[in-house]
Amino acid sequence: MAEVWLFASLKSYAGGKTRMTVAGATVRELVDNLERQFPGIKEVLSYQGDLMPGLAVVVDGLTTNLGMLESVQDDSEVHFLPAIGGG
Amino acid sequence: MLENKPNIVLANKDEAYTVVGTRPPRHDALDKVTGYARYAADISLPGLLYGALLRSPHAHARIRSIDTSKAKALQGVKAVVTSAELPDLSGKIADLGEGNRANYNFMSNNILAGPKALYKGHAVAAVAAVSQIIAEEALSLIKVDYEVLTAVLSAREAMKDGAPILHEGANTLAGPEARPPSGAAPAKPTNIANRLEFKLGDVAEGFKQADVIVERETHTKAVHQGYIEPHSATAQWHADGNITIWSSSQGQFMVRDQTSTVLGIPVSRVKAIPMEIGGGFGGKLVVYLEPVAALLSRASGGQPVKLTMSRTEVFEGTGPTSGTHITVKLGATKEGRLVAAETHLVYEAGAYPGSPVGAGTRCILAPYDIPNAYIEGLDVVINVPRSVAYRAPGSPAAAFAMETAIDEMCRTLKMDPIEFRLLNAAKEGTRQATGPVFARIGFVEVLQAAKDHPHYHTKLNGRYRGRGVASGFWFNASGPSAAIASVNADGAVSLVVGSPDIGGTRTSVAMQLAEVLGIPVDRVKPTVADTDSIGYTSVTGGSGVTYKTGIACYEAAQDIKRQMLQRAATIWNIKPEDVEYTKEGVLQHKSDPNLKFTFAQLAGRLNNTGGPIVGRATVNPRSPGNAFATHLADVEVDPETGKVYVLRYTAIQDAGKAIHPTYVEGQIQGGVAQGVGWAINEEYFFNDQGRMMNPSFLDYRMPTSLDLPMIDTVIVEVPNAGHPFGVRGVGEVPICPPLATICNAIYDATGLRFSELPMSPSKVLAALKAAGKNGA
Repeated sequence: MAEVWLFASLKSYAGGKTRMTVAGATVRELVDNLERQFPGIKEVLSYQGDLMPGLAVVVDGLTTNLGMLESVQDDSEVHFLPAIGGG
Repeated sequence: MLENKPNIVLANKDEAYTVVGTRPPRHDALDKVTGYARYAADISLPGLLYGALLRSPHAHARIRSIDTSKAKALQGVKAVVTSAELPDLSGKIADLGEGNRANYNFMSNNILAGPKALYKGHAVAAVAAVSQIIAEEALSLIKVDYEVLTAVLSAREAMKDGAPILHEGANTLAGPEARPPSGAAPAKPTNIANRLEFKLGDVAEGFKQADVIVERETHTKAVHQGYIEPHSATAQWHADGNITIWSSSQGQFMVRDQTSTVLGIPVSRVKAIPMEIGGGFGGKLVVYLEPVAALLSRASGGQPVKLTMSRTEVFEGTGPTSGTHITVKLGATKEGRLVAAETHLVYEAGAYPGSPVGAGTRCILAPYDIPNAYIEGLDVVINVPRSVAYRAPGSPAAAFAMETAIDEMCRTLKMDPIEFRLLNAAKEGTRQATGPVFARIGFVEVLQAAKDHPHYHTKLNGRYRGRGVASGFWFNASGPSAAIASVNADGAVSLVVGSPDIGGTRTSVAMQLAEVLGIPVDRVKPTVADTDSIGYTSVTGGSGVTYKTGIACYEAAQDIKRQMLQRAATIWNIKPEDVEYTKEGVLQHKSDPNLKFTFAQLAGRLNNTGGPIVGRATVNPRSPGNAFATHLADVEVDPETGKVYVLRYTAIQDAGKAIHPTYVEGQIQGGVAQGVGWAINEEYFFNDQGRMMNPSFLDYRMPTSLDLPMIDTVIVEVPNAGHPFGVRGVGEVPICPPLATICNAIYDATGLRFSELPMSPSKVLAALKAAGKNGA
């Protein structure tokens, strides 16, 4: 199962936890499975079926450009973070 | 030690490129130096009307009513509009393309004030008339009934209990991650729009391991991007309901998307034409004028309307970057190993949420390997113009706090500042305090190049002279991009891209296409196209164009190459795999050396051997590569005036691969110039009513060529594996180190540690006097 890291601001949605292992082959499946464990977290992580604008997902060190469609491996490390905007 | 000559490129000697890494003239050079390049304000159309904006004289006021009747009655006035003409976009949020979340209702209210004016200079109404003079006269006839409210001008005031609230619906303001969980009681109204928090390891335990602890608090003021070209937009609302916009921006697709959303019309009805841009630095990533010009055009019966800001309007009505308040606490062992860090960042967002505090939190500790860390960030709204992106948004102020604390730590430990940084530098595999692990990065190589540079070893003599060192980090960003390349009969290639060219990117992306095809770059004709003529392309920002559009051009060139191989094979009646494409752009039969075409020869035969060849590519690459920089500065402080003279400046930076080294050097030098201005001159100076007292370049003091020495550069090339030539973004990170570099140099010169920017002559002189150090 993938290891999911939430930045600490999100811990109130995840029972006070910021790191957890979650099953899923895509970011969407991770979010769906997180929602089963922590009802309400999905509305924080997603918006109209896509990744919540303003959030970024980093999978194995790379910021995904596929959002909820990004593939995840069993040994992946997945971070939900505030997105960075450039100038 | 490095050879002592200016502007060194530390390249991989094994590379064998013919175009990449060279310094050809830019394609737009002649038009720009001869004045023929067309900028947004140059637009002239039949029936053109001239617009003007009425702006709030109050920093915080409720708008009870607006009476436009007298203005509409003035002869020559064709239209007057207010926010009443804009649709309600409550709750509609979207991604601005680089991860910035936009609340479109806020954006709409910022364009034309809704129920409240939230800063002095906030646009309230707009007029279109047959002349600029009549439009401006009509503004004086608009009567706005304001209920003046108490303004909140700093985050400290805004966070106090009982502070006036800018947005009464504060619950909807907080980012979703900061909202109370479902079912919880709604939070009471607040000006704190968002709170971010990160934890790594055990911070308390980390500080127990520390032999030395350093704590610092820093403050920076709002500063403006200072682009030389004021905002200008012309719009025409055609009879068929379509809109054409000519404007200066960092992304015509951004203009199209934001305008269509703010006006509530389908995106396909807006065509945005990019004009040349006279600087942006993040300040032209949002629209201010385009939707207003479109509304005025519609209300005028379809006549085109042009709106152009004055410099004062640019200062008072467009976003500077945030003022900030940051605390840093660092713990290190006596051997110099960082073991713990705790930071708190407060960024002033201006009138609407959305400061770059998220980036600040993710950048502040990024250069260092620190096992135990805590970071908190607050986004606070106040009654000044809404902050927008400015070159590595959020990172320079964070680096100012962190890198001055590092300098203090080095002095406490009596360690060389570069050795200390080398000991703690992030490298491939380092876990960032915010969680993710770095891929291949070049910070160690940058520090080593700084340590080896003659500047670092040159003795600095004289009283009140000192040397400073500081580093900086920026993520770099990517996004979707597109390229279309057509082979002409004479062997030239017409290249169409969607990235507005701010820093010479027409040429830097054309060079990548030319390298693949084996043709000279002057045989490529790059054009930046409108939104109907090229695939969606994300904004020119995040130091991303040479990376993402470069990859699009690389792939478009590969597409051409495949078709050219096929075409030669067809002509010779052989298989494509029996044709070789050489680095020099020659197609030759692998077994018959007499059969060959130059690129131009084959290009001349396309139309009667199967038709034209067009290469195309659409990409959304995900590995822009992180950027690190380390700067060295020598300063002299005049003890009688407090003025800081920069005597020598060297900037060392990892560029991955410098496609056009001159442009990379230019980006580095430009970033340093802006950073030095931020350090010692620039600030928004507000009076107690929220009025900016220095809204002109006479009083808002940006550095000129007389204020700066030659800025020497060292380009370090640690290739980015996510780009075919190894490119990393280069445009933003050079603005990150100068604030702390200058501050550390002033400390070295005077023994005075400044914690507030700018370190202006009056402030430096006051500190010298207080320390009994003034007087020659």
